[in-house]
Amino acid sequence: MEKNKTSSLSKILIYIPLILLAITILVPVAWVFMASIKENVEFYRNPWALPAGVYLQNFVDAWTKADMGSYMLNSAIVTVLALLILIVVSLPASYVLSRFKFFGNGFLNTLIMAGLFINVNYIVVPIFLMLSDADTFLRKTVGEPFFLNNIFVLAVVYAATALPFTIYLLAGYFKTVAKDYEEAAYVDGAGYFRTMIQIIFPMAKPSIITVILFNFLSFWNEYIISMTLLTKPELKTLPVGLMNLMAAQKSAVQYGQMYAGLVIVMLPTLIFYMLVQKQLTEGMTVGGLKG
Amino acid sequence: MRQTKGRGAFIFCCVAPAIALFVIFMIVPTIDVFRMSLYKWGGYTANKTFVGLKNFKTLLGSEKFIRSFQNQILLIVIVTIVTMTLALVFAAILTREKIKGQNFFRVVFYIPNILSVVIISAIFSAIYDPNQGLLNSILGIFRGDKDPILWLGSQKIVIYSIVIAMIWQAVGYYMVMYMASMSAVSESLYESADLEGAGKVTQFFQITLPLIWTNIRTTLTFFVISTINMSFLFVKAMTNGGPDSASHVFLSYMYQEAYTNSSYGYGMAIGAVVFTFSFALSAILNAVTKRDPIEL
Repeated sequence: MEKNKTSSLSKILIYIPLILLAITILVPVAWVFMASIKENVEFYRNPWALPAGVYLQNFVDAWTKADMGSYMLNSAIVTVLALLILIVVSLPASYVLSRFKFFGNGFLNTLIMAGLFINVNYIVVPIFLMLSDADTFLRKTVGEPFFLNNIFVLAVVYAATALPFTIYLLAGYFKTVAKDYEEAAYVDGAGYFRTMIQIIFPMAKPSIITVILFNFLSFWNEYIISMTLLTKPELKTLPVGLMNLMAAQKSAVQYGQMYAGLVIVMLPTLIFYMLVQKQLTEGMTVGGLKG
Repeated sequence: MRQTKGRGAFIFCCVAPAIALFVIFMIVPTIDVFRMSLYKWGGYTANKTFVGLKNFKTLLGSEKFIRSFQNQILLIVIVTIVTMTLALVFAAILTREKIKGQNFFRVVFYIPNILSVVIISAIFSAIYDPNQGLLNSILGIFRGDKDPILWLGSQKIVIYSIVIAMIWQAVGYYMVMYMASMSAVSESLYESADLEGAGKVTQFFQITLPLIWTNIRTTLTFFVISTINMSFLFVKAMTNGGPDSASHVFLSYMYQEAYTNSSYGYGMAIGAVVFTFSFALSAILNAVTKRDPIEL
């Protein structure tokens, strides 16, 4: 631009902080990838040294010995289940709460909004106690506990605690849809359910995608609730399994295996991010309130 | 609406599952936090004794709690100020300047936000490792072979090490958010400011900041709540409160007392304080940052 009188010196000065920040983000991430193919002895040398060779045994060990393979399966099941429950429950609720006038509507909307301020980690202990009480009761009556150490229950808890933000986001969209769509559908003889499912929901597709993107990341990465509600080793999700690996690494000195574990956890999110980064960063304009 | 048949049933079917889940897993546990904070209830016995506000009294006398309170305030203040400033400045540079690779920077800066806190903690543990760590090996060039700095092992430094990790994680997210609102500011304002001879810095303070103030306010309120939560995730994964309880924050201390040590009543008293504190802080921030909205 000729109009732009900024001198080339100040132009360069602007790039310096940008490049510095980019380096502080990229270098550690790249370093983990590099460390994941190092042999254990190499960790006692200069940490900046390039790997001597490609030691893929780390990944085999992490996958099998450290059970990252089964943790990944658990994580995948929990994430998909939680997303399914969340969408099935939140879509009709957001639609009705934002577009129907009925007794108690205002109260329910306020209640959900208040939920935006409740952070899951504030209430993780009461949730644990509630489920543990329910299990004690079941042991006495049925003989079998159900709620703790149950991947399905964890998915329900994830979905339930993601409801306020999701409903806030979806309701925001539904409010902008013109009433004419429903009027036309009713005139054609479609009932409430058909109108909602066949006319309204397909229009909300972009918002639904935004909801899935954000919640996929938060469910996949969550570890406090998972750690609290699933205590059996075979049920652990990836981040919790990784924490164990980190703790084990401190005593057994299995650096290579740990960094391979890190890569295994990181890779799906990075690939996912590369695929959807545009929608993700654009979706933030709609959902600018993520906690 | 013309149709009325089955309207009530339809509304009920749509809303009931969501409300049920929300009430069971969010409202009831929240009430439980406050209710349980009034009981002495420890260990594996089912005996609950009502003790009123005694838990809170113990809390105020507890050195560990005071320590975690101080840490929490320190984290909120430093992380908020540094993150917000960096995010605003970088967002302004990326939206206002003609930068080559603007998209590249946006994509890279957002990366920490998609990583699990466990991963970030592992990365920073590798950076902070006293002997084979990346940071000490760079500093070693300047400092020579003096005693290595214990980034996570020293009671004085540990909290600042966590601060850095938290800023690293949060800057990109807020930057992208501010970029969105800054790009909505009309270009003509900057053009006329250019004609008037206002510099870039003046433009930033006189045009950009006032016009996206509503957005800053909203994010600030949520950022504080999010910092209370995120600091827990970081502390839990990086230090678990150590060394010697020096790095505990509100929620990590609560988790330790309530879950690990099973003193539920006492733990929930901490939870009640956290709830009250975060609501009060949001309300205060909301009031303090109130400005008349600018209409154009």
